[in-house]
Amino acid sequence: MSATTQPRPPRSLALLRATRYTLAENQLTLVACGLFGILLLCAVFGAVIAPYDPLATDMASRLKPPTAAHWFGTDALGRDILSRVIVAARLDLGMAVSAVAVSFLIGTALGAMAGYWGGLVDAIFGRLMDTIMAFPLFVLAMGIVAALGNSVLNIILATAVINLPFYGRFARAEVNVRRDLAYVEAARMGGNGGLRILSGHIVRNILPTMAVQASLNMGWAILNAAGLSFIGLGVRPPTPEWGIMVSEGASYIISGEWWTFVFPGMALMLAVFCFNLLGDGLRDVLDPRRRT
Amino acid sequence: MTALAAKRALVDGAAPHAEAPPLLAIENLTLDFRTRQGAVHALDGVSFEVFRGEIVGVVGESGSGKSVLAYAVMGLTDAAGYVRSGRIGFAGRDMLGETAAQLSDTLGREISMIFQSPRTALNPIRRVGLQIADVLLRHGNMTRREAHARAVEALAQVRVPDPERRFDAYPFELSGGLCQRVMIAMAIACTPFLLIADEPTTGLDVTTQAVVMDLLRDQVRAANTSVLLITHDLALAGEYCDRVVVMHAGHVVEVAPVERLLQQPAHPYSALLIGATPGATTRVEDLSVIPGGLPDQRQALPPCRFLHRCTRSDARCASEKLPTRHMGDGHLVRCWNPL
Amino acid sequence: MGLIGIVAKRLLGAIPSLAGVVVVTFLLSHALPGDPAVLFAGPAANAESVAQVRSHLGLDRSLPVQFLSYTSDMLHGDLGQSLTTGQPVVTDLVQRLPASLELTAAAILFAVVVAIPLGVLAATREGSWIDHLCRSTVTLAAAFPTFFVALLLVYVFYYLLRIAPEPLGRLNDVYFEAPATITGFYLIDSALAGQWTTFGGALAQMALPAISLGLFALAPIARITRAAMLTALGSDFVRTARACGLSHRKVLVTYAMRNAMLPVANVLGMVFSFVLGANVLIEDVFGWPGVGAYAVKAVIQSDYSAVQGFILMMATVYILLNLLVDLLSIAADPRVRMEG
Repeated sequence: MSATTQPRPPRSLALLRATRYTLAENQLTLVACGLFGILLLCAVFGAVIAPYDPLATDMASRLKPPTAAHWFGTDALGRDILSRVIVAARLDLGMAVSAVAVSFLIGTALGAMAGYWGGLVDAIFGRLMDTIMAFPLFVLAMGIVAALGNSVLNIILATAVINLPFYGRFARAEVNVRRDLAYVEAARMGGNGGLRILSGHIVRNILPTMAVQASLNMGWAILNAAGLSFIGLGVRPPTPEWGIMVSEGASYIISGEWWTFVFPGMALMLAVFCFNLLGDGLRDVLDPRRRT
Repeated sequence: MTALAAKRALVDGAAPHAEAPPLLAIENLTLDFRTRQGAVHALDGVSFEVFRGEIVGVVGESGSGKSVLAYAVMGLTDAAGYVRSGRIGFAGRDMLGETAAQLSDTLGREISMIFQSPRTALNPIRRVGLQIADVLLRHGNMTRREAHARAVEALAQVRVPDPERRFDAYPFELSGGLCQRVMIAMAIACTPFLLIADEPTTGLDVTTQAVVMDLLRDQVRAANTSVLLITHDLALAGEYCDRVVVMHAGHVVEVAPVERLLQQPAHPYSALLIGATPGATTRVEDLSVIPGGLPDQRQALPPCRFLHRCTRSDARCASEKLPTRHMGDGHLVRCWNPL
Repeated sequence: MGLIGIVAKRLLGAIPSLAGVVVVTFLLSHALPGDPAVLFAGPAANAESVAQVRSHLGLDRSLPVQFLSYTSDMLHGDLGQSLTTGQPVVTDLVQRLPASLELTAAAILFAVVVAIPLGVLAATREGSWIDHLCRSTVTLAAAFPTFFVALLLVYVFYYLLRIAPEPLGRLNDVYFEAPATITGFYLIDSALAGQWTTFGGALAQMALPAISLGLFALAPIARITRAAMLTALGSDFVRTARACGLSHRKVLVTYAMRNAMLPVANVLGMVFSFVLGANVLIEDVFGWPGVGAYAVKAVIQSDYSAVQGFILMMATVYILLNLLVDLLSIAADPRVRMEG
């Protein structure tokens, strides 16, 4: 019905204006966007961009420092590190995005339901979240992987589980605040059922703030997944992945071949940094309270 | 004789009012705030005096610059504010020329201030008695034990029941009225010459308001303390003040003894303020409405800032510097067409 | 409600958390898809040993009964047998716990000693170089993977500069002898025995691991300290203190800082979660003989009883640390006592 559709052009135009304003204000966010673009490029087109085959070994040129031929040097099996770093972007980002997506969807759903219905649902939700948070999160992730089996899928699952409380609690708080607002009352009086109000009205309104949470959380998810693979879980050699590359390179510190661990580590750091900044920038654009 | 005792002798010897030099003399104070949108002209050419042993009220709408003025006297103006010109004379010294160390010695001892929202104005995790003792230890030469005893005395002086026990109370355990009394105790602990009260009764119920104001008046009578009472409540000013300064948009528009102001206001703004103040018998329909709002003080403003809300304005108000008309008996008005 | 009452209430409040932890660790092994017997028997087991494990652990009984025996074993100090060391898991963990606790304590001490003054200075000199240093440190530190920082530090300080000793554990036993065990903390024990060269050796070994672990915790503590100090310095009660002419030091410490420490205490819970997790990574990098390194080996070798024991222990330590911070909050903030 035309009465319920929102007038489209003004809203998206305002958003665009706000985005341009934020980008102009904050050069750092622009840099982060650029970085994100590069990362995305590597993740999608990595195999094409990479100068060498990331899995091709060449024992004759093993552990060579950075040169014109190999910008990031070669590792213990003579593989080009630059190619491996580029190709690894897909796996690292893929793991983090999947984990965040899963915990975002499930966490927001559970939290929204708990915040809306309260009572027993809220109590159970609270207990569940408290129990997850009673563990040091990385330790819990290790336990989940140990129980379910050593695979990339389980790394994703474990990272998703330990991130649930962030989304769950946030969604619950946001829904709680909005539950008694006028437009929800109006919807209720219009005869809409609880679930419909939740999905139709409230969730749509909390989505921007939740999206900000998700982008801020991505960095943490990347660090978690990389930490798990650093200690040898999930990813097995010869798969290129930043965490495992740092782990492989670590043995060569004492002989001075620093490039084996520094470049993958820098890639990790830049990815996390990029997502942290993007999250801050997104918050400046989307969060109405911060908009000037 | 110590410097402080000498100062007291000089000032104490003087009789209240007129012939005696003023305790506080603000001369042509002009203050701006730096903001991203440019300078905000918060105060412009503010001048008035406060003598010993009198209560002077500063009244006006919210945003008229009353609190800015108070903070300027105390040297507590925000970092974004700067004084363009003028002088704040206190007991003969120029307050604007004081160093941070000198200011720190003056505040709490010679000039004190009490604030709005007494509960948030006290340290929430420190016992109230200790907060009073802090002031005593800072400015007085005494031991902790003496400070403790004097603090209990101060609490008794502001009529806090059971002062020994209340010494150990935290602000959240006390009502708003009791917190305000604690603040007054802190302010008068060292018997200052001048007490600035910034909206001390806003947010308190009427009975507590009366108690707080009576305490201030007692202090005036007992120690010859002067009070600068900042309020938007003209009725309160009418009841407790000796003289009133009316401010509008950073300007002083009228200064008068209180009865004269209430009966024969000279500035159109003062008349509207009085008309807008509910009395015991005024019906709501009879209250006057002050048209418009405060002008945007970021722009360049005409010499009279009340111009666009005034029904008596003429060409001079927009172009010439405002005169200071003396209406006799200490009554001043800055207007081309006073009532 | 008296102070004792509130403390008791908090202690009791920890019990449901502990219970939840026990339930979750039980469910992880016994209720997930897959055969728990295979899990506990390990990768090297054949069909016969799996059957043995199944009957030994009573895995053919119903789930509630299993849970009861699991809990009762646990309360009797039986966490199963480690497949790799052959010892009871409890023995392994208790042996290695002091090393981890010492490292964690040193890291947190380092973080607090650096972060709080940094945050205070950044707040009192807003906009200055130290404020920018604080903010950029926080942003960068939040992006660095802990294991990467650790490796960088080893490379720079051990390989390049030769300042740090070889990262091979708590004490280089070629030069030093471990002190007699009183607390299990090498620094305390050697100091108590007056063995100052050993103290120096242990401290040197501890420096890089503690700093790498602490850097991770530094960021949130510095950030919260700065924010809390800014709030406190702009508060009404600091304005009142200044209006009373109180000295700069008094205003800063007694009025501003004490109030700013309350939100900092709240963030410590989150910080401990990070630190106890990152502990595992640091112990792996530096060959530190703590429970973290033990757990890493156990996970790789599918030594499930050891992993389970490790999780239970870390969760318990975490709950106790949180309790400690909670009690400190109560001591510092009288308003909490009011709410009970």
